[in-house]
Amino acid sequence: MKTSNGVVAAPNPLDFLNLDALLSPDERLVRDTVRSFVNDRIKPNIGTWFDEGRFPRELIPEIADLGLFGMHLEGYGCAGASAVAYGLACLELEAGDSGIRSFVSVQGSLAMYAIYAFGSEEQKNEWLPRMASGKAVGCFGLTEWDFGSDPAGMRTTARRSGGDYVLNGGKAWITNGGIADVAVVWARTDPEDGHRSGAVRGFLVPRGTKGFRTNDIERKISLRASVTSELVFEDVRLPADAVLPNVSGLRGPLACLSEARYGIVWGSLGAARTCYETALEYAKTRIQFDKPIGAFQLTQEKLVNMMLELQKGQLVALHLGRMKDDGKITPQHVSFGKLNSVREALAICREARTILGASGITLEYPIIRHMNNLESVLTYEGTSEIHTLILGEALTGIAAYK
Amino acid sequence: MKIVVTVKLVPDTNADKRIDPASKRLVRTGVETVLNPFDEYAIEAALQLKDKAGEGTTVTVVTMAPESGKEVVRKALAMGCDDAVLLSDDGLAGSDVWGTAYALAAAIKKSGFDLVVCGTQSTDAITGELPGALAEFLGVPGLTYVRKVELNGTTLAAERETDNGYLKVSCPLPALISVTKSIGEARYPSLKGIMGAKKKTIAPLTLADLALDAPVGSVGAKTEVLALAQPPAREKGKVVHVADGAEGARAIVDFLKEKKLI
Repeated sequence: MKTSNGVVAAPNPLDFLNLDALLSPDERLVRDTVRSFVNDRIKPNIGTWFDEGRFPRELIPEIADLGLFGMHLEGYGCAGASAVAYGLACLELEAGDSGIRSFVSVQGSLAMYAIYAFGSEEQKNEWLPRMASGKAVGCFGLTEWDFGSDPAGMRTTARRSGGDYVLNGGKAWITNGGIADVAVVWARTDPEDGHRSGAVRGFLVPRGTKGFRTNDIERKISLRASVTSELVFEDVRLPADAVLPNVSGLRGPLACLSEARYGIVWGSLGAARTCYETALEYAKTRIQFDKPIGAFQLTQEKLVNMMLELQKGQLVALHLGRMKDDGKITPQHVSFGKLNSVREALAICREARTILGASGITLEYPIIRHMNNLESVLTYEGTSEIHTLILGEALTGIAAYK
Repeated sequence: MKIVVTVKLVPDTNADKRIDPASKRLVRTGVETVLNPFDEYAIEAALQLKDKAGEGTTVTVVTMAPESGKEVVRKALAMGCDDAVLLSDDGLAGSDVWGTAYALAAAIKKSGFDLVVCGTQSTDAITGELPGALAEFLGVPGLTYVRKVELNGTTLAAERETDNGYLKVSCPLPALISVTKSIGEARYPSLKGIMGAKKKTIAPLTLADLALDAPVGSVGAKTEVLALAQPPAREKGKVVHVADGAEGARAIVDFLKEKKLI
């Protein structure tokens, strides 16, 4: 940026490469709006929510008013924003807390997206406007206790019974499960002629359906301001129109996961940014040996490495966002971003912890909370190992996980 | 009902402010421009009135700013205002409060209004004089420092904040009010608002469109900045110790009374 006297301004430590200039005015306004919301409504209270292990349900209508639920979907009460705008919103939300961003990701990119992409017109009209306005909460059940990275082995079944389906089995580690009004559940259907096993299909299971219950997973040390649950199905009878008609096979849930993973490419960098900013401020003001610890070469190297990875990560995220908006992104590209963003974000948070010393481990500062949250983000929506193998397959043509 | 909100674009309130010693004006380059935070309350007040009145009530943003200010005006539109008027002209540079109010009044008269809503002050010059001057030029009642406002037909009822409490006042429309923070926190622009703002009109206006009788800009300024000084560094606070006992308590009470806090 040139100043009035023609001198190029010094780089901004909080946006070293002036990535801001790569955003459109609309994108900046989305970013600024979500950032103000997070500063006003999340940051002042998140330490307490995390401590109490409570998801702040009272925020749901406010987040809905901002228009963030399913913001990248078109119609049905959704805003129809770009992938980049969606990514920026995820980043700002996660600068507050990964648990809050997870809520929005699951609602919009997993539950709403599944209905949007694969649902009937009736299903879309029934659920999407209510979910966009926060009046209904959704969750997404793919993972089971025994099947995480290998969802194809799932044991949850949907057997035909007359015109109905009967669901049996269970899902595990389901974000929003205990507070969801509707669960998008993936289950294996009866084998067709000549096949050993049936296709995986998606089902909409409303809360209160007989035989469907949820148990929240307690004693988490990560994502404490987020609800994580087990879903249990015991002879849950569903009408034929509960099935998502427009997809069959694992392609369905994997497409939803790709949507949500894309949000994590951006989101995790938000957690990292908060930790970097906190560490930078701390390094400039914390005095040891009669000088700020930021005056020590070791601290400076840490700060510089954090800044380098944060900026590089944001460039990758923006590039992937532009590719997504151009319709040119592949799941492998998303794996590239998710693997790199979360890995580096976690490293940045851990490095920030060493700069804050003991202060870094309390909820008075955001560091340990973000660090612990990112431990979940590292493995959910595809572990870093699986994303590595997806990339390995993309390079060699050989699938190592099969 | 047509509500007009005046907004000013100011340098980011968090940025360090510098003054150009030659022109004695605030250096605005190299600093991000934002909506004057006090004007966000004005927008909120106008939108609250619109929400209550429903169909047929519109909110128009009027601002005097360089063309580059368009993107900042979009934020007001994203919050829910219907359209905007952007008065831009090199001849306006250096306008003081008198010239600004005079030109703005002409722009507002041109667009038409039943009610004008202003913030109490800007965060850059902080004169707090514009609302009064604007009401004068518009020839309408000006109720400043309003904390609560209601419209009943063509009558406006308001509560005006004073040092000691508030005054209940009312006046006929058309009128002008300036609102304080008590009106309520400004709403966030919604995503749909942001997407929709692109389609809203920001009508350009120049001095030629206004055909003013008196000169504005630095030529027409009635005031002259004689000198500038850095604000004095904040003095050290006074410490009252527990050991001061009743005397200490009295000192605290006297201090709070002096600040009119009790």
